[in-house]
Amino acid sequence: MSTDVQEPELQPEEGRPSPLSRRTFIAATGTATGVAVAAGVTGSGTRPVSATEDVASELADGTTSQVSFLLNGRRQSLVVDNRASLLDLLRERLDLTGTKKGCDAGACGACTVHVDGRRVNACLTFAARLDGAQVTTIEGLAPDGDLHPLQRAFIEQDALQCGFCTPGQIMSGVACIREGHTESPEEIREWMSGNICRCGCYVKIVRAVDHVATGGR
Amino acid sequence: MTPQPAPRPARQPQAAVGTPRSRVDGRLKVTGQARFAADHGPADGIDGIVHAVLVDATIGRGRITSIEARAALAVPDVLTVIHHGNAPRLPYRDNSFPDSIHPPGERLRAFQDNHVRFFGQPVAVVVATTLEAARHAARLVEVTYDAEPPQLDLVTAPAHEPDIYTRGDAAAALASAPVQLEMTYRMGRNHHNAMEPHAIVARWDGDRLTVWEKTQWVADPRNELAAVFGIPQAAVRCYSRFVGGAFGNSGRTWVHSVAAALAARELRRPVKLVLSRRQLYFGIGFRPAYEYGVRLGSERDGRLTAVVHDVRGETSRYERHSDDLALGRMLYDTPNFRQDVRLVPLDVNTPTWMRGPGWSTTATALETSLDELAHELGIDPIELRIRNEPADDPATGQPFSTRRLHECYTTGMREFGWHRRSSRPRAVREGDWLIGMGMAAGAYPAESAPAQAHARLGADGTVVVRSASSDMGPGTTTSMAQVAADALGLPMWSVQFQLGDSMMPPAPVHALAWTMASVGSAVQATCDRLRRKAVALAVGDDRSPLHGVPADEVVVRRGWLHTRADPRRGETYQQLLARNGRTHLEAVGGYEPPEEIRYSMYAYSAIFAEVAVDARLGIVRVRRMLGVFDAGRIVNPKLADSQAHGGMIGGLGQALLEHTVTDPRDGRILNANLADYLVPTNADATDIRAIYIEGVDNEAAPIGVKGLGEVVQVGVAPAIANAVFNATGRRVRDLPITPEALLMPR
Amino acid sequence: MFPFTYTRATSVHEAIEAGERGGRYIAGGTTLVDLMRETVERPRALVDIVGLPLSDVSATPRGGLRIGALARMADVAADPVVRQTYPAVAQALELSASAQLRNMATIGGNVMQRPRCAYFRDVSAPCNRREPGSGCSALEGYNRTHAILGTSEHCVATHPSDLAVVLTALEATVHMVGPEGRRATPIGQFLLQPGDTPDREQDLRPGELIVALEIPPLPRPLRSGYLKVRDRESYEFALTSVAVALHIRGGVIHTAKVAAGGVGTIPWKLPAVEQHLVGRRPSPDLWAQAAERAADGARPLVHNGFKTELLRRTVERQLRIVGGRS
Repeated sequence: MSTDVQEPELQPEEGRPSPLSRRTFIAATGTATGVAVAAGVTGSGTRPVSATEDVASELADGTTSQVSFLLNGRRQSLVVDNRASLLDLLRERLDLTGTKKGCDAGACGACTVHVDGRRVNACLTFAARLDGAQVTTIEGLAPDGDLHPLQRAFIEQDALQCGFCTPGQIMSGVACIREGHTESPEEIREWMSGNICRCGCYVKIVRAVDHVATGGR
Repeated sequence: MTPQPAPRPARQPQAAVGTPRSRVDGRLKVTGQARFAADHGPADGIDGIVHAVLVDATIGRGRITSIEARAALAVPDVLTVIHHGNAPRLPYRDNSFPDSIHPPGERLRAFQDNHVRFFGQPVAVVVATTLEAARHAARLVEVTYDAEPPQLDLVTAPAHEPDIYTRGDAAAALASAPVQLEMTYRMGRNHHNAMEPHAIVARWDGDRLTVWEKTQWVADPRNELAAVFGIPQAAVRCYSRFVGGAFGNSGRTWVHSVAAALAARELRRPVKLVLSRRQLYFGIGFRPAYEYGVRLGSERDGRLTAVVHDVRGETSRYERHSDDLALGRMLYDTPNFRQDVRLVPLDVNTPTWMRGPGWSTTATALETSLDELAHELGIDPIELRIRNEPADDPATGQPFSTRRLHECYTTGMREFGWHRRSSRPRAVREGDWLIGMGMAAGAYPAESAPAQAHARLGADGTVVVRSASSDMGPGTTTSMAQVAADALGLPMWSVQFQLGDSMMPPAPVHALAWTMASVGSAVQATCDRLRRKAVALAVGDDRSPLHGVPADEVVVRRGWLHTRADPRRGETYQQLLARNGRTHLEAVGGYEPPEEIRYSMYAYSAIFAEVAVDARLGIVRVRRMLGVFDAGRIVNPKLADSQAHGGMIGGLGQALLEHTVTDPRDGRILNANLADYLVPTNADATDIRAIYIEGVDNEAAPIGVKGLGEVVQVGVAPAIANAVFNATGRRVRDLPITPEALLMPR
Repeated sequence: MFPFTYTRATSVHEAIEAGERGGRYIAGGTTLVDLMRETVERPRALVDIVGLPLSDVSATPRGGLRIGALARMADVAADPVVRQTYPAVAQALELSASAQLRNMATIGGNVMQRPRCAYFRDVSAPCNRREPGSGCSALEGYNRTHAILGTSEHCVATHPSDLAVVLTALEATVHMVGPEGRRATPIGQFLLQPGDTPDREQDLRPGELIVALEIPPLPRPLRSGYLKVRDRESYEFALTSVAVALHIRGGVIHTAKVAAGGVGTIPWKLPAVEQHLVGRRPSPDLWAQAAERAADGARPLVHNGFKTELLRRTVERQLRIVGGRS
């Protein structure tokens, strides 16, 4: 369990289910902990709180964790099931479905996001481990209504077909450019190989990354 | 019977069709806003979703003797465990063609009996309020079985009666042929492995069912779920706006969709079910494995006199999936031809179509065998093919509508630098690498099916066109908008094409490369009708500048209706509608393929590949690929290129990487994940290029297309295999070609 | 995935205490999370060690290299000292997995990777490594990717790490700390062949934690490199791989370090090849002769027989690449 547990701002009476719905809880920005607020917030599913649930046992066995991290520049403080991946947390609880689940095993790259500025597979990242982290997903890549140059390049080069792997490709491509692994098409190909595209858009993905890496020349 | 005349070619200027356009939903896709099946939830007004996870059988065949769900039910947040012991018996009405595309047989039912027909068959579904709980509980369901040894051997298992095609006397012609070759090719089982796993969200509102489903045909889940649950088709609505690749695996509705809908009905809550990557290897179909025998007889000059195909292909024991293996009948002028196709029922789940279904399978055998013949005779492989080029379709005797395969060859030879190929194998070496070039031809039927569309022109001059089609990646949403834009004389930005809703006017399954021909022709017809309505309104309106002008003399450009002679004389759609007090104009239209087919209609491919094979280590890398395609009119070259690249990279996987491995002891799939089932990565795709031999084919479809999505993979694998032979002198007849097959002596 | 508790260790001491109580360490998590999802791994308590200060990479006084166990693969591969002193380490890392996984996975975890055997990963299949005594499904099953060296009747799974092959060739030392204090052991003894106890993969005692991997100094100039053979161009485990380091002085090979991957139940040191090289002059014939010894003792299975020859050829190729044509 993370070491510094702050005083909860929302503290229903001990042993009783929280009157808060999950949504209300997520919307609350303060850090919260304690037995009661864990009701209905474990896991990645949507669950209205029921009075019959044995809330105390949920936290008593320590299989949930309190985490607070920056997600696309906004603080998220919530209690998560220790088993929840960042990917499932984003998709099933925070309704950020731009990050895709292709294999759930680190073998396809569809779930690529940035954690502390580095591209990682969200499927292999436990949400419980993110306390203090900065997470960027495809939804946070560019300010609202704007496009990152690589997003524009993907459209322009038609570096996508079905679009399912595309958010992961773009998150990976942005990192690839930042890392400087774009000296040649060969280098881009290798360093983008952690993102499978079954529609076979690789040639154009390399073009799009190269286009942005070389300043749009 | 008089064939229905094709609609007149549009007299509208073509500003959008034929031009390279960026896909109109690109922005949604690059921002993560495109919502695929599993992405649906609160944002779509679906609240309180619960999560379903399937429990898979762990034997290859037999019966369930008990299911113990207590441990699973004891997991907090678990709502139910449904299995054959407690599931209601479902009506399972018949649902056959044309309402479905199920193959003949008894379809797999969800939890209706204790039979296990294949390893991985769903035997229970666990539902919980959280995904973590559902997944965990699914592991706690204890199932005991009475297992029997499964039948899994394609070569030795008893086959169904063969399906025989014959013309001439192949046996006699073969016996007397001056040159005779006999080969057996084996092709491994392939899984589509679209990036999007199958997913469904199912919600009941009373007796009405709504599903957000991954499908290539929104009518199919509607029809199938209506049949399974015994409710009217109209009581089911299916949405599928974005499909994350499919390549054939979402043509029919699989049993997991029934499981999700059943769970939703039992719980009276919306249920989301997403198959795991592992489950995609037995929960949906696959390209069947084949053993493909070929015997060729030819003259010394290479002219084929006899061709015999003896084929064994796998299917399940409960359904007969058969691919269309007709390529060999029509590609070359072969007077004597016989093909015996035997389906071998095995204890597997039912295969299904996969990109270039059947045609790419036959191409591997046929086009490799042609390469073998060319080598045997010392004739250039392209010259050999040209010598066997038929004047008319040898199978039907019909003339070809268009067949520019010869031009594909000559263009490909020039653009690829075919003259640099050594006719002697193993003649070109660069350091450790042996370099070789190969080619192969292919074809795919240019078919079409009935389709309908609805178009509504608003007072603001924008139009919405709708048809219950699908877009798994080719860009249907974009290309249909191009067709509509030109038919209506509107700029692209004021046209929106919507699809993926079973309430829309019907469209055929988004497959077989026929969406453009079918839905595109329907969109064209509908929008032509809508434009003519507007023109009629204008020329009949004495306040219009176009009053009294013959309707045929009016064209529309960028929303401006004007006379052909004087572009200044006219008005906008907005002006026309406003003046007439119309909020909108609309039209419904459709396309029906002609009842009588007078032509042999195919799209063609000529694929060229250059490979490097490490002379000592046996690894193969494709250095270059060129596909030259005769696919009729190309609606959007930018999107077409993407499709062509995809087909060629798919073929690369077929040739060198892809092979689903099954344990013969129990049917367990041993590489049911993307780390072990190898699909091409970015690093595998180097220099890939496509060229189109442009030309409208108005026999194939009113809008002149022959279909591109399938033919782009037909011929790719044999082109690579032939290049490997040219590089190494070693003929590998089993796909995929892996290093162990090429560990040549020093 | 089975439920588990999760704690973050704020010090090595705290980690060891938690480990001693049965806590399972998690660093990058790329193997562990995957296997937990498959329920192959079912830890009841995870102890997150990734924040511990064990990620330094530094040259040791006499020219060796010490890599903190929690250094990420990507960072080690990019480290200028690593690239300069032991380029084979960087090569092996960059030929592993994907950029994303290399950003997550640590060096210690990389060495601790568990097998990719399909039967090991599928809890419905018998597997001695997962469930001792249940039997090995791969022996009579599909075993194309399995080991030909160091196998036993109980297990034939391959060790999947690329990096560990280089570390084995260079005779790295694994530094550990545990309840009993600090300890170091050669990697060749740290990673265990399956023998009769395939479930025991490392010489690691309860509560022990890898703190660093140290490559000893080798005579300079040193030529080294890593070659990986695989079906596809990227993002795949090795069919075969070879790490070679040679010190050639006065036209004679004075030091030879060679190990192979993809073929052994642990990264496979090739002493017979090394011995054949030392004291001889580099030549194509020498490479070929030495490589003939690479598969000594190989016991191929039904589907992986090709690895015997492929291994010899991979060794020969890499000797030539590193040692030169003359």
